[in-house]
Amino acid sequence: MAQSNHITTNNEVLVKVEGLSKKFCKNLKTSLWYGVKDLISGVSGSSKERLLRDKEFWAVKDINFELRRGECLGLIGHNGAGKSTLLKILNGLINPDAGKVTIKGRVGALIELGAGFNPILSGRENIYNNGAILGFSRKEIDGKLETIISFAELEEFIDMPVQHYSSGMKVRLGFAVAAQMEPDVLIIDEVLAVGDLGFILKCFKTIDSILPQTAVIFVSHNMPMISRICTQIILMDHGSSQFQGDDVGKAIDLYYNRFAENESLVVFTDSSIELSFSEVVSSTFENSIAQLQWGTQLQFLFEFKILSPIKDYEFFIIIVDKEQRPIARLKVNDDNLSPIDGNPSFAFKVCHNNLQLSKGLYSINLAVRERISKCPVFRINGILPFQIIHREETWEPFLLTSSFKTISSKTH
Amino acid sequence: MALETRVYQKERNIKFGMLLKASLSDMYQSRFLARQLAERDIKAMYRQSYLGIIWAFVMPLATAIVWIFLNNSGTIKLSDTGIPYPVFAFSGTLIWSIIVASINSPMQSTLSAKGILTKINFPKEALLLSGVYKLLFDSAIKIFILVLFVIIYGVGLNWSLLLFPVAMLGAIIFGSALGLFLTPLGLLYKDIGKIITFGMQFLMYVTPVVYAIPETGTMKTIMTWNPITPIMLTARDLVVGFTPEYLNYFLAVLVVCIPLLFLGLIVYRISIPIIVERLSA
Repeated sequence: MAQSNHITTNNEVLVKVEGLSKKFCKNLKTSLWYGVKDLISGVSGSSKERLLRDKEFWAVKDINFELRRGECLGLIGHNGAGKSTLLKILNGLINPDAGKVTIKGRVGALIELGAGFNPILSGRENIYNNGAILGFSRKEIDGKLETIISFAELEEFIDMPVQHYSSGMKVRLGFAVAAQMEPDVLIIDEVLAVGDLGFILKCFKTIDSILPQTAVIFVSHNMPMISRICTQIILMDHGSSQFQGDDVGKAIDLYYNRFAENESLVVFTDSSIELSFSEVVSSTFENSIAQLQWGTQLQFLFEFKILSPIKDYEFFIIIVDKEQRPIARLKVNDDNLSPIDGNPSFAFKVCHNNLQLSKGLYSINLAVRERISKCPVFRINGILPFQIIHREETWEPFLLTSSFKTISSKTH
Repeated sequence: MALETRVYQKERNIKFGMLLKASLSDMYQSRFLARQLAERDIKAMYRQSYLGIIWAFVMPLATAIVWIFLNNSGTIKLSDTGIPYPVFAFSGTLIWSIIVASINSPMQSTLSAKGILTKINFPKEALLLSGVYKLLFDSAIKIFILVLFVIIYGVGLNWSLLLFPVAMLGAIIFGSALGLFLTPLGLLYKDIGKIITFGMQFLMYVTPVVYAIPETGTMKTIMTWNPITPIMLTARDLVVGFTPEYLNYFLAVLVVCIPLLFLGLIVYRISIPIIVERLSA
């Protein structure tokens, strides 16, 4: 009986959002005046439909979703797409202008860490301040104090005024307090970007451990993180949902495409050579982006114009991912590629066999330097975009071939 | 275990009565938070100051000293107050400062929490309550100094002094009710705060703070109609042991203020989300 009860709770919809809209005003004075009007209609309880007034726009428009325990909704979109406004409505900080939010259970929000800290007071005192704001009782905080201090790894400095803490230490203390919440619904905005690597790992370990029994709404610009933990996704643009569903990978691709400016940039040149032509060899192109099957051959063609006497150059071909992170480099040329005759230009082809980059969009940064003196000659970023096609969604940069074979067990 | 359900939507379909109940229950639930916030502010204030609690009464003391000097030096001629003038003046400025502080309290407490209001959902009533706690702390210091004054000037202690906190509670209820109504607008426009500071300066002169109500004339009419007058006079009479002359008037003001205070709480609860939206953007 208890078992079945448990299951029903698990399937219960914890967050239900129907036709949610919110408008904002572009002008401060007008906004304040609308505030006065809203105060009056709020107190008198007017139920008139809210239309856009002069100088207003929809910051969030007609958002719908349902979220159950154990599910995680990712909210992505460019800056100003309405993600944070949506979070504020879900957290009950502001009221919607249309639509309805129904939330069941305790709501925890990781929007700001360390709320209520007073810089003059010690870390220990501020644990009580912050804890009280998050809804803990004095007894609860007394009981959790040691856990919080050790989680934050601040035993040594806990009685020092918080104003002498580094920003990372403040965030650590704030997260340590927030981590003690046992929410049914957890709202996470990008707060975990500060802190050293060890602490970030600790944060995600904590979040991972509460994911299964919590409905999570997660705003981030960190796509690998989104694809790792989210089961549903909403891509927002100008307040409305542009893509919604459980195909997280597709939403992420759409998100990246908004930033796919196919503009390459020469970041350095000493004017001895110039890239006159380059191409990814492929049979299919989509929006002038080469489409390559995973596991096939990667081939580039380059052609350079010679502007001053040619020397022996090394060509660094660096593959970068959608977030401009270098993830791989092709080995440089062993031999001199420069023309011996007085040709005004030269060209070459580079091949890489058995391409094992995982599905996604990549581009190339090319750097050229002199072999002997190591002097940089030419560098261009963001050329030759290409897309790897594979049915499997992988958030790691490489999908390597593997073979599995049963062997006899060594331990009994 | 049934989960608590919250609904956020445009329409306010909760009745005033329910809102008041929710407001009062939130205030009760959040008493630890309120105390914590008050404690935080008080500690932080005194930890960063050498003169500490002296600041709590230095302002009214200075005003009183100015008036005592004006009176003693014969610069101005005040009518007889029935008690030593220093006691009259100092009790007046102290009680006045408590009333002014209570009017400012709701707005100040809310405004100082602006940063967390736009980011974390917590019972906002805790802010009001923490304001009241801070007010009580401040008033306690002021009352203690006042009692010292009364003893030093040989007015003598009276049993009625025990009722003085009741009069102060009246002052706080009056001030908070007024302050609560000004808070929503005051959070939107800085003008409101300025108007309060400015207005209270003038209001002091039509309240028997440093001089008694004249026997006749326009001033008498204005001062008698001023609802702060009965609070001021009742409080002072209780301190020096006179029979409170304006007791009925004082009680009438209280009877009007209590429902207003409740209405103020409801308005506050409704307006916070509307204001937070304009504060954060």
